[in-house]
Amino acid sequence: MMLQEFEFEKPILELQSAIEQLKNQPARNIDEVSAQIARLEALCCKRMEKIYSNLTPIQTVQIARHPQRPVLQDYISLIFSDFIEMHGDRHFGDDQALIGGFATIENTKVMLIGHNKGKNVDENLKRNFGMARPEGYRKALRLMKLAEKYGLPVISFVDTAGAYPGLDAEERGQAEAIAKNLLEMSRLRTPFIAVISGEGGSGGALGIAVGDVVLMLSYAIYSVISPEGCASILWRDAAFAPQAAKALKLDAHSLKELGVIDEIIHEPLGGAHKDYTAAATQIKLALVRHLKRLSAQPISELLSNRFEKFSSMGKFNL
Amino acid sequence: MSWFEKSGGERKNLKEEIWTRCQKCFSHVFKKDFLGNLSVCPKCNYHGKLTAHERLDIILDKGTFKELFGTISPADPLKFVDSKGSYESKVREVRTKTKLNEAVIIGTGKIEGIPVVIAVMDFRFLGGSLGSGTGEKILRAANHAHDNKLPYIIFTASGGARMHEGTLSLMQMAKTCAGLARLNEQKIPYISVLTDPTTGGVSASFAMVGDVHLAEPGALIGFAGRRVIEQTIKQKLPDDFQTSEYLLEHGFIDAIVDRKDLKNVLSRILSYATRGVIASPSTVRPELSRMGERLRTGSAKQSQ
Repeated sequence: MMLQEFEFEKPILELQSAIEQLKNQPARNIDEVSAQIARLEALCCKRMEKIYSNLTPIQTVQIARHPQRPVLQDYISLIFSDFIEMHGDRHFGDDQALIGGFATIENTKVMLIGHNKGKNVDENLKRNFGMARPEGYRKALRLMKLAEKYGLPVISFVDTAGAYPGLDAEERGQAEAIAKNLLEMSRLRTPFIAVISGEGGSGGALGIAVGDVVLMLSYAIYSVISPEGCASILWRDAAFAPQAAKALKLDAHSLKELGVIDEIIHEPLGGAHKDYTAAATQIKLALVRHLKRLSAQPISELLSNRFEKFSSMGKFNL
Repeated sequence: MSWFEKSGGERKNLKEEIWTRCQKCFSHVFKKDFLGNLSVCPKCNYHGKLTAHERLDIILDKGTFKELFGTISPADPLKFVDSKGSYESKVREVRTKTKLNEAVIIGTGKIEGIPVVIAVMDFRFLGGSLGSGTGEKILRAANHAHDNKLPYIIFTASGGARMHEGTLSLMQMAKTCAGLARLNEQKIPYISVLTDPTTGGVSASFAMVGDVHLAEPGALIGFAGRRVIEQTIKQKLPDDFQTSEYLLEHGFIDAIVDRKDLKNVLSRILSYATRGVIASPSTVRPELSRMGERLRTGSAKQSQ
């Protein structure tokens, strides 16, 4: 499948195209051509390093939203050896935008929940582009409480543009559903690891992200409002999204400095969409490490650390 | 009070001093009547916004309020600058204008003699937005309630999370709820009083996890903004959408209470909520028998 590329990747694409042409040419002077290919490939690597380590915030946003970025279904197949999906909130329905179920990672049994984006139009329509309604959050809560009952750690994959802003969602209490989750997660008597894997869209993301540890992929974003939303309010024009993205400090590096996230999981250069397996491996390693650490803590210690963690978030003057 | 300042803005004459126009029904009301009616329009019952201090005066017994952590004020963690200027200058301006240091005032006081911890948001401070300092104060008040076994009441009034502090503002949603969750473990009551407006990150956090939800009539209470929803679903929304009445109908509010009755209703609910856990002395409580008297006679007058 042709990977969609960005404007800022043009210098790399040009080189890659030149390399391909050389490779496909009938070789008259093999040594010379091979040497040329090697030179161009080295140059290409250098360019990639340069571009991808100097991304602007809005470029990071583009990668986080890449249509071919791995989604939950991809991570389920690559990271977990078992997954039994559970359905329904027992009150209204089954939200396909936020899914969950029993899962096994490296012989450790967990409860897995996460936003469920799709890869094509049909999938996305069925999954509402990973934007959950109250029944999604209520299902998540039900599964978290089940995990608590069974002594299973919870792992959540956060990747949503936001909680769905629909009439039906408001009618059924979108605010209350998220709020209730925040309340319950803060005292959940089982380890909770959250992974911001794509878009951490405000309250819709936080509704499954109050964890003992919050991991974030290096090109993911986590924001109180989308750059477009912020720009349309504070710059009076959504076209100022690049300026807003910069001001919001929504990238992994900034958020680690601000104490919002605990650890950055490194993606393949240029984004997880370029190498699913490599990205999944990094995530898996981090999950296994933190699971081991957290499972060794007594619950009372876990809870007081979690409370301390969130209590100390924020900067103000006394 | 913002609404009547807005209504008389164009005309700088003496008339403005004596009467004003209701923002909702547009009828002319004597300023004296409006203020005397707790900033509620005597014609249509529109509940105008109150400052935090005005609310405290109405709700708490006279002279009982003791402010906590009043010096907490916003920092500028993101060094945020937008098209209109810096967050820092915006904060300086609003602090000077309102004499507030943050969007919420917290402290202790008494309601009909019952000791409580109280937090009252003020919409004049950057739209009552939830920033780091706001969240910190709401948490500290919850912790005070937890440590001293006092009921906690929050009056919400907010446009949501404060963008200028980015994801730190988002985290205040989790932080405040974490503080409230601990109250449940100690059976400490937490009552949420939702006032106009209560939206976004505030409604999706502490506003909607009260043991009891009381709301003033006609308050705007919702999650996403009306325009955003209309753009998303490309449909017109019901007229009463996101009002207290709408939320009551849909099962998210326990009662809609007129401002003049709030103190009385709160004290009555607290008398049930604090039966088991109460910080003040025990069985012989003269204030309760006075309140009992009031309940028997059906009087809803505010005590002073």
